[in-house]
Amino acid sequence: MTSLEITQKAVILDQGLKLRSIRKRSRRVKESAIEIFLFASALSAVAITFAIVYVLVAESFGFFEHVPIFDFLTDTQWTPLFSDAHYGILPLVAGTFVTTIVALLVAVPLGTIIALYLSEFAPSRVRETVKPFLELLAAVPTVVFGYFALLVVTPLLQHTIMPGLPGFNMLGPGIVIGIMIIPYISSVSEDAMRAVPMHMREGSYAMGATRFQTARLVVTPAALSGIVAAYILGISRALGETMVVAIAAGQQPTLTLNPMEPAATITAYIVQVSLGDLPHGGIGYQSIFAAGLVLVLITLGFNILGHVLRKRFREIY
Amino acid sequence: MVDTVVNSAVPLSVENPVIRSKADVKSLNFFYGNFQGLKNINLTIPDKQVTAMIGPSGCGKSTLLRCFNRMHDLYPGNRYEGEIILHPDNVNILARDVDAIEVRMRISMVFQKPNPFPKSIYENVAYGLRVRGVGRRAVLDEKVEEALRDAALWNEVKDRQHELAFNLSGGQQQRLCIARALASDPELLLFDEPTSALDPIATASIEELIADLKSKVTILIVTHNMQQAARVSDYTAYMYLGEIIEFGITDELFIKPKNRHTEDYITGRFG
Amino acid sequence: MADQVQDIRKLIRQHKLRDHAFALLGLVCMMVAVLILLGLFINLAIDGASRLTPDFFTSFPSRHAERAGILSAWVGTTLVMLVTLIAAVPVGISAAIYLEEYARKNWITDLIEVNVTNLAGVPSIVYGLLALGLFVYQFGFGQSILSAGLTLALLVLPVIIVATREALRAVPRNIREAAYALGATRWQMIQDHLLPYSFGGIMTGVIIGMARAIGETAPLITIGALSYIAFLPPSPVTETAPYVNFEWLTSAFTVLPIQMFNWVSRPEAAFLKNAAATGAVIIVMTLLMNGTAIYLRYQIRKKIKW
Repeated sequence: MTSLEITQKAVILDQGLKLRSIRKRSRRVKESAIEIFLFASALSAVAITFAIVYVLVAESFGFFEHVPIFDFLTDTQWTPLFSDAHYGILPLVAGTFVTTIVALLVAVPLGTIIALYLSEFAPSRVRETVKPFLELLAAVPTVVFGYFALLVVTPLLQHTIMPGLPGFNMLGPGIVIGIMIIPYISSVSEDAMRAVPMHMREGSYAMGATRFQTARLVVTPAALSGIVAAYILGISRALGETMVVAIAAGQQPTLTLNPMEPAATITAYIVQVSLGDLPHGGIGYQSIFAAGLVLVLITLGFNILGHVLRKRFREIY
Repeated sequence: MVDTVVNSAVPLSVENPVIRSKADVKSLNFFYGNFQGLKNINLTIPDKQVTAMIGPSGCGKSTLLRCFNRMHDLYPGNRYEGEIILHPDNVNILARDVDAIEVRMRISMVFQKPNPFPKSIYENVAYGLRVRGVGRRAVLDEKVEEALRDAALWNEVKDRQHELAFNLSGGQQQRLCIARALASDPELLLFDEPTSALDPIATASIEELIADLKSKVTILIVTHNMQQAARVSDYTAYMYLGEIIEFGITDELFIKPKNRHTEDYITGRFG
Repeated sequence: MADQVQDIRKLIRQHKLRDHAFALLGLVCMMVAVLILLGLFINLAIDGASRLTPDFFTSFPSRHAERAGILSAWVGTTLVMLVTLIAAVPVGISAAIYLEEYARKNWITDLIEVNVTNLAGVPSIVYGLLALGLFVYQFGFGQSILSAGLTLALLVLPVIIVATREALRAVPRNIREAAYALGATRWQMIQDHLLPYSFGGIMTGVIIGMARAIGETAPLITIGALSYIAFLPPSPVTETAPYVNFEWLTSAFTVLPIQMFNWVSRPEAAFLKNAAATGAVIIVMTLLMNGTAIYLRYQIRKKIKW
């Protein structure tokens, strides 16, 4: 090999190295560009949260310039669209809680029993067949459930056990919301129950326990944290449910805890105002943001409570 | 193939001439769906003794153990053929008309991994009694203490009986599971590789406990650890591919196995 | 001894009775839930059957119940869904890829995680308020298809993120390592292996998200969707160059659930029939989509054995 050949080879080698390092650099640029794009997408979740907080707080700020917070929290009337306007959130909060409680009275027992049944009793073929149907129940649009509440459940109640029930009331929609959230409660609870390891169940069966005893005394306490999460999810859904109450509860903000009466919830009020033609920036417009802020705070409160409870009942297998 | 030596009578040792049988396994076959997990098992479990079952993994030793308290009933597609006769009342615990729950109330089990319930130490031990409908505090207190003492756990936990069982160490949890199994006065106590998840010190304490317990209860233990079988058991059954290859007094089986296959296994030439 | 055995047997019988009673109760509860779904659908189908004619799909809403139809509503739903799909799917999948494959364990990641979880629990009407303040007024998109599509995109984003992450997580680590061992960069690994293998799972999530968006009513009412629209938005496709047209994005609109809501709120029985018919159409659409998703997931589970 002559020195010339060696030099040539060295040059080629050098070029190859340079080329490779250029390719490496461009690859690195591409990789990090992609990473930045993906990161920005992920950050959108944070951006949405900030946007929600910003919009609600900013618009509510205008509202509270006109309405003292004390009145907002204590006044027992909510009539922002009347000439004699009152801005007490209590009637809406009461309506929200009454429908939610009715819904939970339906959904918590049914959902929990279904979850226990599916997880501990049902043969796997039954479970695999029924679960998709329950999922479909969760997928039915809420406006259809509203129709159901107004035109099926309420008339049914009137014709059977409550002849005096008005056509608009909180009981019917509450029951329907309850049916609506059964799948949420049953499926999340069932996941938690099924996550309880088999060896823990075997320990119980080996002591001579029946399925029901095992379900009640071992599986339920072991899955408690997940069950609590399921209930909180159900509560969040019920609190935020809009169309069912907007259609079937009557949209009149009255301060009552009687589920047989018509009332409005926070969500129903927002819908009611949105359907009208309110000028942008007016007090009526701002009031729906204040109502929305209260709804978010209540939901947040329950979620924090759920977080605390979950931590207390955390599974340690 | 393997030539089988089956000895269905209790092999009597010189120093212990009168040993009664606690249970007799007679022509037991077991099927998972179409797969036969146990093939024509004949075995006598001596009363108030420790009987070990050894063999390579998949040999059917745990399957056989779980026949004794009908754990296989929990899963669909499992089927027994043959009998396990429990003495002194000569009842076939595999019979269809014998309730699996009743069997489990008489025969307790300790599992591979400690599996305490998500309850307090006290409630864990009391569980078997509660399942039986015992609710009187005084009875429960007494039984729980007795069981915890028998499981050599009392001194460690007597002041913290109402703490969550998960706070105990692995070895303590396993002793708690033993206490739980003892609290309901079982006639037969099954151990399914009880130390496989434990460290050597905890293992030693469990082995010691098993030796102490045999005066109270007949013990059947499955282990993959031959030294453990040699240390704790009076009788040993060696299983392979769902069959019992050899059964005899532990010392004899380990020192002078009659079957070449057994010898290969215990000398570590395979398995 | 014999007495004791008898006692135990009696006890076991009692316990077993309770066992069977609970099993029966569970079965009944479950059947109640399933039968309600069935009853609901049959009820809608019966109530609306007389209105489910071809004319119903090709007519605008009208003051005369029997002449009214859902043309503008289903066209609106289709266009809004198109915007939602285009906006939510890329962002959702990207976010999921970042969280599963890139994110380091630090406070920013934690913050994103917390937000994704919490957004899934925010009541849908709150997204409507956000969109009203932000898209309609701040950004000046007005009460348009664009605003509506973006609103629903926000709503389904968490659904898509969560489903995509699950699908990605189902791909075992050794496949990733195999790709890296052959010298693939992270993105090559994702592009060539992760995304194709998890495609079915991601699609399942997208379909479920879109099915949810189709039925959403409240947030669109909040941004001011009208319930009486007797015209169609400008066509997205034109006959002359450049063949596409974006004017439809700024058009006013209605969608199927809002049309249904409008008819439910009318006291005349004839309009309730229209509402039932619309409800049946919406239910069929969402159930078909969810059914597809469930079937897809079932197929994936059956096919893939890592």
